Amino acid sequence: MKSLKPKISFFMLIGLLMLTVVGCSAQGSTNDTSTEKNSDTEDSSSEEMKKKDGGKVVVSVPQDIDYLDPHLSAASGTYEIMYNVFEGLLKPNEQGEVIPAIADDYSISEDGLTYTFILRKDVTFHNGEPVTTDDVKYSMERLMGVDTGKPLAESFTNIESVEASDEKTVVIKLKDVDSSFLTQMTVAILPKGYDKHNEHPIGAGPFKFVEYSPEQKIVLEKNEDYYVEGIPYLDEVEFRIIPDSEAALLSFKAGEIDMYPRIGNERIEELGDEFNYIQGDQNMVQLMTMNHEREPFNDRTVRKAINYTIDVNEIIETAAFGFGTKLGSNMSPAMEKYYQSGLEDTYNVDIKKSKQLLEEGGYPDGFETTISVPSNYQFHVDTAQVIAQQLEQVGIKANIELVEWGVWLDRIYKGRDYDMTIIGLTGKLDPHKVLGRYESTYAANFYNYNNEEYDEIIQQAKKETDDEKRVNLYKEAQEILTNDAVAVYIMDPNFSVAMRSDLAGYKLYPLYVQDMSSIHYVE
Amino acid sequence: MLNTKSIQLKIGATFVSFLFLVMIISLFYLPYEVNYMVVEDRFLPPSLEHPFGTDNFGRDILSRIMQGSQTAFLVGFTAVSIGGIGGTIIGAIAGYVGGWIDEIFMRIMDAMMAFPGILLALMFITVFGSSLTNTTIALGIMSIPGFARIARSGFIQYKQFDFVKAANGMGASHVSIIFTHILPNVLSPIIVAASMSFAGAVLAEAGLSYLGLGVQPPDPSWGRMLNEAQSYITKAPWYTLAPGIFITITVLGFNLLGDGIRELRDPRK
Repeated sequence: MKSLKPKISFFMLIGLLMLTVVGCSAQGSTNDTSTEKNSDTEDSSSEEMKKKDGGKVVVSVPQDIDYLDPHLSAASGTYEIMYNVFEGLLKPNEQGEVIPAIADDYSISEDGLTYTFILRKDVTFHNGEPVTTDDVKYSMERLMGVDTGKPLAESFTNIESVEASDEKTVVIKLKDVDSSFLTQMTVAILPKGYDKHNEHPIGAGPFKFVEYSPEQKIVLEKNEDYYVEGIPYLDEVEFRIIPDSEAALLSFKAGEIDMYPRIGNERIEELGDEFNYIQGDQNMVQLMTMNHEREPFNDRTVRKAINYTIDVNEIIETAAFGFGTKLGSNMSPAMEKYYQSGLEDTYNVDIKKSKQLLEEGGYPDGFETTISVPSNYQFHVDTAQVIAQQLEQVGIKANIELVEWGVWLDRIYKGRDYDMTIIGLTGKLDPHKVLGRYESTYAANFYNYNNEEYDEIIQQAKKETDDEKRVNLYKEAQEILTNDAVAVYIMDPNFSVAMRSDLAGYKLYPLYVQDMSSIHYVE
Repeated sequence: MLNTKSIQLKIGATFVSFLFLVMIISLFYLPYEVNYMVVEDRFLPPSLEHPFGTDNFGRDILSRIMQGSQTAFLVGFTAVSIGGIGGTIIGAIAGYVGGWIDEIFMRIMDAMMAFPGILLALMFITVFGSSLTNTTIALGIMSIPGFARIARSGFIQYKQFDFVKAANGMGASHVSIIFTHILPNVLSPIIVAASMSFAGAVLAEAGLSYLGLGVQPPDPSWGRMLNEAQSYITKAPWYTLAPGIFITITVLGFNLLGDGIRELRDPRK
C-alpha cells in the first residue's frame, strides 16, 4: 500500500493541471474565432481606406451613469457618454481650448465682466425646435437656480444676469472677473418648456438619446439635422456598461464590443495586431503626495530628498509598461497651452544628493513612514511597491497600507489623516481647476500645502484678462510647485483605446469624453 | 473499504506534510529575497534559476510562494485555535449545563452563523483596519459557531452516559467532568472540524487578500499573488498557476486529512 502514495498524489496533481489546462484552452478557442473574424474584416478594409457612412458601434464603459439630466450630473463617467447628446454655447477641442458651438462668435468687454454671445441660426434640438436665446437664458438660469434658489453648479453663482438683447444675441454679466468663465460655457443648453430632462433628455448634439437601461446600456442614434455638415457618420451608438475589465476584454475579443476605451496598457500586447490602438496623454497627474502638516514632510529639504530618490522612469517602465509621460509638476502636457515644459528633469535620480539632503533635514539614517494607497487601483498599488523599494536606498522604510476607496475619500482626501498617498488627479479644461487644487483655501487641499506666494499667483491668474499674461502666471505656478517639491509628480499614464480594425476617426481629448461624432467605418 | 479510507488519509497527509515542509524550509532558506525587484527580469517563464518564473516586478515567484506558505499556516493555525478553543468552551458549557444558558449561547451562535463569514470579516476589517492580525482574528471568530455546535452535541450525548453520572455521584466537580471525562470523547469530531476549517481559513485569507484586505503589499500572500496575476493571465500564465495550485493543494490536503481522520476514528468501522 505504501508504494501507492506518491503515485496517487502525482495523479491528483496531473488532474489539477488538466483542469487548469482545459480552462486555458477554452479561452484560447474564443481567441481564435475573434482573430478569424477580424482578419476577415481587415482583408476587406485593407484594399481601400474610404470613409463609410452608417453602421452601429458598441462602446464599453465601466460605470453606470448618475443622472441623465446634464445639469444634475456630476460624474465624469456620465459626461463622457452624454457629451454626444448635448451641445453648449462653446465646446472643447482636442487641444483643450474652447471653440464656438451653438454660439458662432463671442466677445468679452474690456473690464472682463460682460460676455456677448452671438448664436448660430441653424442649430435645432432633437425635437426639431430651433435653439433660441430663450433656451440659453433658461439653461443658464436653471444652473444659477433662479427659480429654486439653489444653484445647480457652484460656478454659476458668479453670474449677475443673463439677457437676450435681440433674437440672436445673449449677454451674460458677471459679478467678479473670472478668466475661466468661458470653459463653463461648454455646459449643455436645454430646450425651454420641457421638463423630462432626466427621463428622456433632449439636446442639440450630434446624437439623439434613444433609451437607457440602468446598469446595462445607453443607446443613441444619429442626429440627421446636426448643424455641422457631414457628421456624425454612425447611425447608432450603444454604450454598454461593463464594470469588470476582464469581462469587457473578453467581450471585446469576442467581437461583441467594437470599441474599448481606457483599456489597460498591459493588455494591449496580448490582444495582438488585429485591432487599432490609439494612445496619448490623458491629462491626468499621477502623484505621490506628502502630508505637509506631518513630520518630516513639513520640511522642504526632506521632500526634495524624496524627489531625488524616486526614479520615475522605472515606475513608468514597471507599473505602466512604458505607457506614461514623465511629469515634473501638476500639469499634463495634454494641456499644451498651459504646460510648462522642462520641469520633469528637475529631480533626476541622485542618491548621493538625496542622502545629503536627508542629513541636512535631520534624518541621516532615514525614517519610517506609511504610503496609503486606494486598494481598487492596482496601478497605484504597483507604483507604491516600486517607490517603497526605491526609498529603501536612502534608509526610508515605507510601509504600504491598502485602504478601501470609500475610506480613502473619507480619511485621506477629506480627513487629511495620512503620511503619503498615491493617486491620480484628473485634468480639467480650466487650468484654474487644476492648479487651484493647491491653494491653501481649497477644500480638498489634502496635501496641506500652504504658500502665500502661490495663492496670490492663482488669484491673480483668475482675474487676469490678458490671455498671454494669464498663461504665464499658470506656468509660474507650476514652477513653484516643483521648486517646493510639494509632491512627487510621477506621470500622466497613457490613455489607450482599442477599436475594431475597420473603425477610424477617434479624437483624443484632454478631457474625459468619448466623441463619437468623428468615428466612422472604413471600407 | 478499509483501503480507500486510508488512501484519503494518505493523500491528505502527503499534501499537508509537503506544505509543512515548504513552510519549515522557508523559515531558514529562500532562493531570493521575496520583495526584491529586478525590472529587467520581468515575466521570466519557469527556468532553472526561477523554477516558478518571475512576476511583473521581476520578483522570484517560488520565493514568494514559500514565504506565502508561512502566512497561510499562521492564519490557518491561529484562526483554528481561536475558533476551536472558543467554540469548544462555549459548546461544552451550553451542552453540559443545558437549560436557558444553552438557549442563550446557541441562539447567539445561530445569529453569528446567519452572517456570511466573509461579511463578518469585512466588517471587522472596516472597523479595526486591514492587517493580517485583524483578518486572522475575524476568521477565528467566524469559525467559533461551527465548533460550538459540534462540541455541544457531543456534550449532550455524553452527559447522559452512566460514567458521567457515576463521576457526578462520586463528587467530581463540573469542571473536572467537562474536561477530563467528556472532552476526550468528543475530541475526535473537533479535530476533524479543525482540519476542515483550517482549509476554510486559508481559503478565506486568500479571498480577503485577493480583495486587498489581508496581507499588505509588498509582502506575499497567495490570494494577493492571484489578484496581481490575473491581469497577466495570458502573458504570464505561470504567475497565476503557482499560487492557484498551492491554494488548491492546501485546501484539498486539509479536507482529505479531515475526512481520513474521521473515517479512521469512526466507531462503526
